[in-house]
Amino acid sequence: MAQIGQPISRLEGKLKVTGAAKYSGEYNVPDLLYGYVVNSSVTKGKIVTIHTGDAEALTGVVKVFTHLNRPGTAWFDMQYSDMDAPPGAPFRPLHNEEIKFNGQPIALVVAETFEAARQGASMIRVDYQESAFETDLKKHLDAAREPKKGMATMLKPPPPKPTGDFEKAYAEAAFKASAEFTHGTEHHNPMELFTTTTLYDGKGKLTIYDKTQGTINCQLYVGNVFGLHFKNVRVVSPFVGGAFGSGLRPQYQLFLSVMAALDLKRHVRVTLDRSQMFTFGHRPQTVQYTRFGATAGGKITALNHRSVAETSQFEDYTENVANWSPMIYPAGNTLLEQKLVPLDVNSPTDMRAPGGCTGLHAIEATMDELSYKLKIDPLELRLINYSTFNTAENKPYSSKQLKECYLQGAEQFGWSKRSAEPRSMRKGHKLVGYGMATGIWDAMQLPARAEAKITKDGKLHVKSAVTDIGVGTLTVMTQIAADEFGLPMEDVVFSYGDSKLPFAPIQGGSFTTATVGTAIVFASKALKKKLLKIAKSSNPGFKDAEPEELVFKDGLMLYKEHSVTLLELVAANKDKPVRTTNLGYPHALKLRKYSRAVHSASFVEVEVDEELGSVKVTRALTAVAAGRIINPKTARSQVLGGMVWSISKALMEETILDANLGKYMNQNLAEYHIPVHADINELDVLFVKEEDKVINELGIKGVGEVGLVAMPPAIANAIYHATGKRINQFPIHFDKLIDL
Amino acid sequence: MHTETLTQTYPVTTGTLREITLRINGEERRLSVLPYVSLLDALREYLDLTGTKKGCDHGQCGACTVLCDGKRIISCLTLAVMKEGAEITTIEGIDHPIQQAFIDHDAFQCGYCTPGQICSAVGMLQEGKAKSRDEVKDQMSGNLCRCGANQQIIDAIMDVKGGENE
Ligand code: FES
Ligand code: FES
Repeated sequence: MAQIGQPISRLEGKLKVTGAAKYSGEYNVPDLLYGYVVNSSVTKGKIVTIHTGDAEALTGVVKVFTHLNRPGTAWFDMQYSDMDAPPGAPFRPLHNEEIKFNGQPIALVVAETFEAARQGASMIRVDYQESAFETDLKKHLDAAREPKKGMATMLKPPPPKPTGDFEKAYAEAAFKASAEFTHGTEHHNPMELFTTTTLYDGKGKLTIYDKTQGTINCQLYVGNVFGLHFKNVRVVSPFVGGAFGSGLRPQYQLFLSVMAALDLKRHVRVTLDRSQMFTFGHRPQTVQYTRFGATAGGKITALNHRSVAETSQFEDYTENVANWSPMIYPAGNTLLEQKLVPLDVNSPTDMRAPGGCTGLHAIEATMDELSYKLKIDPLELRLINYSTFNTAENKPYSSKQLKECYLQGAEQFGWSKRSAEPRSMRKGHKLVGYGMATGIWDAMQLPARAEAKITKDGKLHVKSAVTDIGVGTLTVMTQIAADEFGLPMEDVVFSYGDSKLPFAPIQGGSFTTATVGTAIVFASKALKKKLLKIAKSSNPGFKDAEPEELVFKDGLMLYKEHSVTLLELVAANKDKPVRTTNLGYPHALKLRKYSRAVHSASFVEVEVDEELGSVKVTRALTAVAAGRIINPKTARSQVLGGMVWSISKALMEETILDANLGKYMNQNLAEYHIPVHADINELDVLFVKEEDKVINELGIKGVGEVGLVAMPPAIANAIYHATGKRINQFPIHFDKLIDL
Repeated sequence: MHTETLTQTYPVTTGTLREITLRINGEERRLSVLPYVSLLDALREYLDLTGTKKGCDHGQCGACTVLCDGKRIISCLTLAVMKEGAEITTIEGIDHPIQQAFIDHDAFQCGYCTPGQICSAVGMLQEGKAKSRDEVKDQMSGNLCRCGANQQIIDAIMDVKGGENE
C-alpha cells in the first residue's frame, strides 16, 4: 500500500507522550556547568563599569564573562553571517561596551548549579552611559528608506516594478477603497526555552545540543565565529520544542554556551528564561497603506500597497509584505513599495508566514471594504478577479486550485447563509458576522542532499541533517522514502537533526517537505541504479533492464517476470550496505516558465458581545490547495496550528513597546496573550485536490505558513460584518469595539 | 550616568543543603538540594527526569504540570523541600489511555507542552468536575500550546472521557 497520502500518526509520538523525547536542554552529563545570561536594562548607550565581584564571590560561580574578558572571536561580519542573515552586520554577543537594544546580553554567569548561576546573574551591577534612542515606528515614518539588498534577499525579492499608471487608473476608478493598517511587534515564544548544551570532549571537539531550525547553519556559524574546523563541531537537534522562525538564525545562547565551553574546557548549558525569549528576533511592527480601484462591475484596475516596517540599526531585515496583491488579483496598474525604518531594537527575524500574514491582512481587508462599496458579495468579488496567471511575474501558476478552495470552502462553511448587510445577523445580545479572505504563500524549494542506503537486514536508511521542529518531518520523509521502494513504514529508518548528516538548509518558509523530499527521491533513484547494477551482475534476468522499468514492492525489485529481494541484493554486494548520497534540486529551467504558490481561502464566523465588545471566533474553515498532501493528518495539524495563530494574531498577541523606555513591557506568558483551550472553538481544514506535474518530483508545495495568511483578515472581515466597524489595527481588542 | 541592579537581589547567602527524600513514580529518590530549588528543577536537573518541561518557570504555561498525591500541581512554583513524603507522578510514571489518544488525534506537534497537557488531563479527569466539552476546555486552559494543537488535545481528552462531546 502506498504510504503517501495516508494519515499516519507521528512516528515519534510515543516518545513525546511518555516524556522520553529529549530536547536540547535535557542532555544531562556529569560536571555540567550552567550559564545564566544578564541583559541590558537600558536601550542604548555604553557600559561604563560592570561590577562582577559579588557574583564571582558567590559559592558555585565559576566565571563571569563580559565584553572585558570574553575570549577572542572572529573579526569580520561575514563570519557571523548565517544562512538567514539579512544584509548588515550581525549582532555579536559581548562584543564591546556598546548597547544597541534593550535586553541585549551583556554578561554570562557560569556556575556549578543552575541556582548559583541565576543568583550570580542577579548580583551583577552595571553603570551605564545612556544615550537617546528611538523605538517608535509611527514617529519615524518619514525616515523610511529602501532596504539594502543581500543574500537573504534572494528568497525575498523586492516588490515588482510599477505597471501601467496607478495614479491615473485609481483616479478614474468607479469604486475605491483605501486604508491604513497597523501591526505591533510579536515574539515567537515557542514553548521550549532557547537552550544549548555544549559538550566539550577534551580534544577540542564539540557536540552541541541546540534548539535550532538548522543544524548545519549552526555548525557553520560556530566554526566560523570560533575558528574551529567544521569537523570538530557537531550540532544535534533531534527534538525541537517549537520555533516558528525563531530558530532560523543561531541565537545568542548558542554563542555563549560554546564560548564558555571552549574557555573553561567544560560542558556548559545556557538556557534563556521566558523574559529573555523577548530579547532576540521578533515580527517587526509594520504600517501599511492600501488603495485599490475597481470598475462598477468589480474588476480590479488599480493596486497600490505600501509598507513601512522597523528593522534594527545594524541589519536590514525585510519580509515581503507588499508583494502579494498582483499575485492574486490581475490589475493593469500596480504600485508596490516596501520600506524600512531602522530603530534601536534587535533585528527582527522571520516569524511564521513572515510578511505574508501582515500583508494579506491589508489586501484582504481592503478587498472586503471594496465588496461592500460595490455591493458585491466578498466571495463573488474574488471570483470576478480570479486568474491562474500571476501578473506580478507575468507567468502562469504551475497549478492553482484556489477557485475550488473558494467554492468547496463556501459550501462546507455555509457561506450562502450570510446576509449581505453589516449588523444584520444576531444571536441574542451577540452580533454575528461572517467573513472570508484569500491566502497565498510561495511554494519554494531549495537544494539539499540526502543519503539512501539498504542494509543487510533489508532495511532502508535515509538521512538528512534537517530538523523536525514539530511539523512531522520524520513521519513525512519516512513515507516518501517507503514509497520509493514499496516498503512498509517499519522497514524505513529516517535519521535527521544532526549536522554530520547530509546537507539540508534551514527548516522554514514551508519549503522543507519539497526540499528534503526531493533530495530523497533523487537519492532513491541513484540507489535503484546501483541496485540494478548489482542485479545485472548476479541475476541474468535483469540483464536488459533499464532503471525506469523496475518496480519495487514488498522488499522486492521486479523486472518483467524476474524478481530479486533487497536482501539478496545486499548479499550479492558481499553484505556491504548499498549506499548513495545525492543532491536534490529544483528544475530551474522547467520552473522558469511558471510561478509557484500555495493557496487558501478562510471562512470565519464570529460573535461579538454587543455590550462588552468581546469577540469569539465560533467556527472557521480553511480550504487549502497545496499540491500533493503527503500526510493529511500532520498537514491538517499544521494548518490548524496556523488557524490558532490566526486567532492569536487578529485578537490577542502583541509585544507592547514602551517608547519612553525603549523596552517591551509584557515579557512573560501571562501578559503576552496567546489562545488557551477555551478560546478555540470549531476549526476545520479542507484540502482540495491539486495536481502539480511541474513543481517537483512529488508535486509537493508545503503547508507551514498557509494556515496563517487568510484567516486573520477573515476574522477582521467577520467583525466588520458583525458590527459595521472596520478595525485595521491588530490585535483587535474589545476596547476598540466596546461602544458598538 | 546611572547605576542599576538588574533584578531583585537574592540574599547573598546560598543557604544550606537539605537532604530530602521524594517519592517519584513509586520510587524513593534521595537528593540534597538548597531550600529554594524548585520541584521542577529538582526533577530535571538533579534527578534527570526531563519529561517534565519548563516553559516559563513562573506558573504561566502549565508545561511543568505533575501530579502530587493525584492532584495536578505546577512544579515550577513548588519547592522540592515542600514535597517530602508526597507521592509525585511525572509523565515518566503515567500509563494512561490518554497517551494513545494524543497520538491518535495528533494532539501535539513539537511535543513540548505534551507532558504537562497529559498530566493535567489525568488530574482533571480524576477531579471529575468537568462535564461538558466546554468545561474541559476551561479546566485545561492553564496548559498553553504554542503549536496550536488545542482542538486535537480537547478531542483526545473527550475521546477518553467519553460522552457529552457535543
Ligand atoms: S514552567 Fe511551570 S507553569 Fe510554566
Ligand atoms: S505541541 Fe508544541 S507547544 Fe504544544
